Amino acid sequence: MKTLLIAEYREGKLLDTTYELVGFAGQLGAESAMLLVGSDSQLPAYGGALYLADAAVCGEYNPDLHKKLILQAIENEKPDCIVFIHSSYGWDLAPRVAAALKCAQVSEVIAIDGGNFEVGCCNAKMRRSVKAASGRVVITIQAGAFPVVRQDSAPRVEKLTAAGAGGVEFVGYEPAEAKDVDLAKAEVIVTAGRGVGKKENVPVIQALAKALGGELGASRPVVDAGWVEHSHQVGTTGQTVSPKLYIACGVSGAIQHLAGMKKSDFILAINKDKDAPIGEVADVLVVADLMQFVPALTAKLQ
Amino acid sequence: MKLLVCIKQVPDMESRFKPNGSGTWFEEADLAFRMNEYDEYAVEEAVRLREQLADSAELTVLSIGPDRVVEAIKKALAMGADKAVHVQDPNVADKDPWQIASIIAAHARDQGYDLIFTGMQSQDRGSAQVGVLVAEQLGHSCATTLIGFNYGDGVVTAKRELEGGIKGVVKLKLPALVTCQLGLNVPRYPTLPNIMKAKKKEIATIAVGDLLREEALVTTTSFHPPAKKGGGVVLEGEVGLLVDQVIGILKEKTAVLR
Repeated sequence: MKTLLIAEYREGKLLDTTYELVGFAGQLGAESAMLLVGSDSQLPAYGGALYLADAAVCGEYNPDLHKKLILQAIENEKPDCIVFIHSSYGWDLAPRVAAALKCAQVSEVIAIDGGNFEVGCCNAKMRRSVKAASGRVVITIQAGAFPVVRQDSAPRVEKLTAAGAGGVEFVGYEPAEAKDVDLAKAEVIVTAGRGVGKKENVPVIQALAKALGGELGASRPVVDAGWVEHSHQVGTTGQTVSPKLYIACGVSGAIQHLAGMKKSDFILAINKDKDAPIGEVADVLVVADLMQFVPALTAKLQ
Repeated sequence: MKLLVCIKQVPDMESRFKPNGSGTWFEEADLAFRMNEYDEYAVEEAVRLREQLADSAELTVLSIGPDRVVEAIKKALAMGADKAVHVQDPNVADKDPWQIASIIAAHARDQGYDLIFTGMQSQDRGSAQVGVLVAEQLGHSCATTLIGFNYGDGVVTAKRELEGGIKGVVKLKLPALVTCQLGLNVPRYPTLPNIMKAKKKEIATIAVGDLLREEALVTTTSFHPPAKKGGGVVLEGEVGLLVDQVIGILKEKTAVLR
């Protein structure tokens, strides 16, 4: 078994998620080589062969060109498995490579189960075991699902390059919006999820946060619906937090949300759905109607 | 300009899921179905472009599945799509992303759409593959995970959502395909007059066998709940008692309550 690991690089930096790819290859018991479109001034802590293309020439985001580079490395390495992180870079690029190879792709793998891969489905409430019918397989792995492995030795660098215009022209990055709330400093965060039902119910959640001397957090759907400002969003595209107490009110527990709060010291979840994935990380799951339970809890605390 | 938006009908995610007879997907009986949430954003964005281009554009909505998916198609028509294609397939759940993409691509190749909208993923499978695979099969330029979209002078300017709230701005030439992320816009609710108008719009039905030429590349061997990691306490019962229990636990286990 041989893998080709596709490292990640953004805004001039090698991303740490790269080392989860090495952890995945280790769990698979596979040999590996790595491909990085980055810079020779920032080589990964990785002891294998590294196919390196210069991001200053090939772009940090240029999917058509990056696909060409990956296909060149595949031609050399003949890997059984090409592995990406399931990220805005990986889920964008992996299907392009799978289509070029006309091989199976398995997305957002969370575990290896013999010859099968375990993936989440139905908003992370259920699991599927899947098997590739083709000999070669493209994989994206869930961020945080596999151990971070840094190796002591330096990579053996082999330089790659590719040229030509692709169908996508990268214009530039826009920075994240400025935060008016620093949730990272809060000791208590009470988060409103989709289960609050409507904007008018948000003050009920806010009142509990106030009673505990904490801050209001919000899950993505609540921010998308315009019920709470983006600066309160917890999760992959918002803030990562680890307060002493995290109370998730009507939050189903999408993986992107869990990634932003699962390191909290104590997690209390309130949800009417006993099977909601938030239950996987919660210390206590209260199965109740939010609009009955939360005001009663707030009143008792006051 | 010919526009296409691809939608999927999925179960309500608050449902309880149990394996079907073959143990490879969920049992459909007792589930309520609705339009995949990501696709609602795709439909809204496509309708907005259709309105921007007025009479020079036509928007088709496509969905693959059994007869129940016509409900989702009707919603897209009521939101503002002009006409629809229903690819009739009672066994859609057995198809892998490569096959689904090849069905859409076979139809799109014939029709010559200039711009295709899809959701970035489905809520039930969540592979995030189909849109990109369609673009690759057609040779269209493609951008994923859009939270911003603008079209002018034959060029799409798209804002992609990256990790940590950063955005990546890209330009695409037509023909192109974009996959839409939650929060791209605020999907409209169909109004009653538009629901009535939609009843008169054309829904063409095509048998899946007329479009599918590919074998599956991935197979599902089992569908099951996650293994319980344990540790967590589940509390149920009368609200007053629950409040007392929770306060007791918070006093004991956290330094927040004294």
